[in-house]
Amino acid sequence: MTAPETTSTRADICAAAIADAFRDDGEIFASPMGLLPMLGVRLAKLTSNPDLVISDGESLFLAGVPPLFAKADVVEGWIPFPKVFDVVAHGKRHVMMGATQVDRDGNQNISAIGDFDRPKRQLLGSRGAPGNTVNNRTSYWVPKHSTRVFVEHVDIVSGVGPRRAREAGPAAARFNDIHRIVTNLAVLDVGGPDDTVRLLSVHPGVTVDEVREATGFALDVPADVPTTREPTTEEQVLIREVLDPKGLRFKEVPQATAQEKTS
Amino acid sequence: MRGPRDKRMSIEQVVDQLEDGMTIGIGGWGPRRKPMALVRAILRSDLRDLTIVSWGGADVGLLVRAGKVRKLVYAFVSLDSVPLEPNFQRARQQGTIPEVVELDEGMFQTGLRAAAQRLPFLPMRAGLGSDVLVNNPWIKTVTSPYDEGHGHEELVAVPALRLDVALVHLNRADQHGNATYLGPDPYFDDLFAMAADRTFLSVEQVVDTAGLTVDTPVQRLLLSRMLVDGVVETPNGAHFTTCTPDYERDERFQRTYAAAASGTDEEWAAFEQRFLSGDEAAYQAAVRELQEEKG
Repeated sequence: MTAPETTSTRADICAAAIADAFRDDGEIFASPMGLLPMLGVRLAKLTSNPDLVISDGESLFLAGVPPLFAKADVVEGWIPFPKVFDVVAHGKRHVMMGATQVDRDGNQNISAIGDFDRPKRQLLGSRGAPGNTVNNRTSYWVPKHSTRVFVEHVDIVSGVGPRRAREAGPAAARFNDIHRIVTNLAVLDVGGPDDTVRLLSVHPGVTVDEVREATGFALDVPADVPTTREPTTEEQVLIREVLDPKGLRFKEVPQATAQEKTS
Repeated sequence: MRGPRDKRMSIEQVVDQLEDGMTIGIGGWGPRRKPMALVRAILRSDLRDLTIVSWGGADVGLLVRAGKVRKLVYAFVSLDSVPLEPNFQRARQQGTIPEVVELDEGMFQTGLRAAAQRLPFLPMRAGLGSDVLVNNPWIKTVTSPYDEGHGHEELVAVPALRLDVALVHLNRADQHGNATYLGPDPYFDDLFAMAADRTFLSVEQVVDTAGLTVDTPVQRLLLSRMLVDGVVETPNGAHFTTCTPDYERDERFQRTYAAAASGTDEEWAAFEQRFLSGDEAAYQAAVRELQEEKG
């Protein structure tokens, strides 16, 4: 058996990085869209930020921290869809959404690929992205970091990056807060020059060049790029034994990628 | 003592009240508690050129595939466990919906609120900086008359989403139109009703008025009869969307639907022939037949 610090899978590293994105949020509604974000948020609540308010992803605030997709838990509140929009406008919320495209300015697209009038590929629609990004802290989760996702300009701006928010005026910029972009390769934010996308860390076993190659725009890369931290033993136990004993996370971030780092 | 009016009617009587070119709001949310029996009745009708306002699921997919929709107002269209609605996706990619208004979810709610309050618009932040305003240049901004220390903020003036008719599906109602939802979420059905000139309600079960609160908290009464023009009892009428706790989504049927919708024209025609060619009773019989099949 290998030592604990070398047995963390890529999915576990992503979960811990997502948890870190919610570490300093205090007592706000953590709203994860998708499996890894849900895992990361629950991990944060069990470790770095017990004050986080979490939901069942449907309509209940949960007092406990149940495994992914488990239904039974102590309920501490009611958060049906109409109330979600109230909280968005109120601002006490950090959402982590998916992103089909993200550009250098931190704009996100989940609406459609191609021309809006006649898209090559229609996606979900803009959903809550325009409102999220001008109202509450917003992060993105990208399970497959590639030049298809990270593009020079997104086709349709659903989520608003800092530059677009600034150009739209103070009402848009006041609460625009694009916090983190966590991918299967790296952690990024929008702290580069003119609020562009910047590389914060690369996951263990990933090189900076690999991230550059998988990014379709000139990524801001600081002189020293640290390695994303590995989950602690406690976090690994929580992920494996408590939150995701069935290993659902490997459907999003396959275990095989993690083995590459030891090779 | 005379009581309030009995508003019970048939599905066909509801559809008879609808006209070409109307703006119809459809309650529920994505693949949840959609008034599908009423949607299926529209599919069977000659109605055309409709403006559909919906947090969209298969209701939108079916209506656009049938060519009923001239204008679609949505923030998303999804089946959840099948993320992208294949009929909607196909219609968008083939350009068969003449007019498309894609909003932010919160803008959609705000537009309904403005209509419900008989206001021309309500201000909000959502939409600022995004392509929602680029793709919908008719949506204007408004400058706040107040300076709260951040200048006179320029906000989105979300136009009222006025509806000629709202169609919603709830769990229980009395014959007068008082109605409860028993599931986890009211969605926005009360807002749709207030944004509409007329609301037609389908329910799993019509009970007497006392029965509405005999085992159910009064807070679950979502609709008052003063907002409701017609009540239809349509058991399993939200199928194949959720109608918790009466039933959950029929995932198997949904997969069948999604496969046909993303398949060839022949495969879609076969689905239509099997499930949508008859009346609601025929539909429900075909659904039961599918459920009894092995596999």
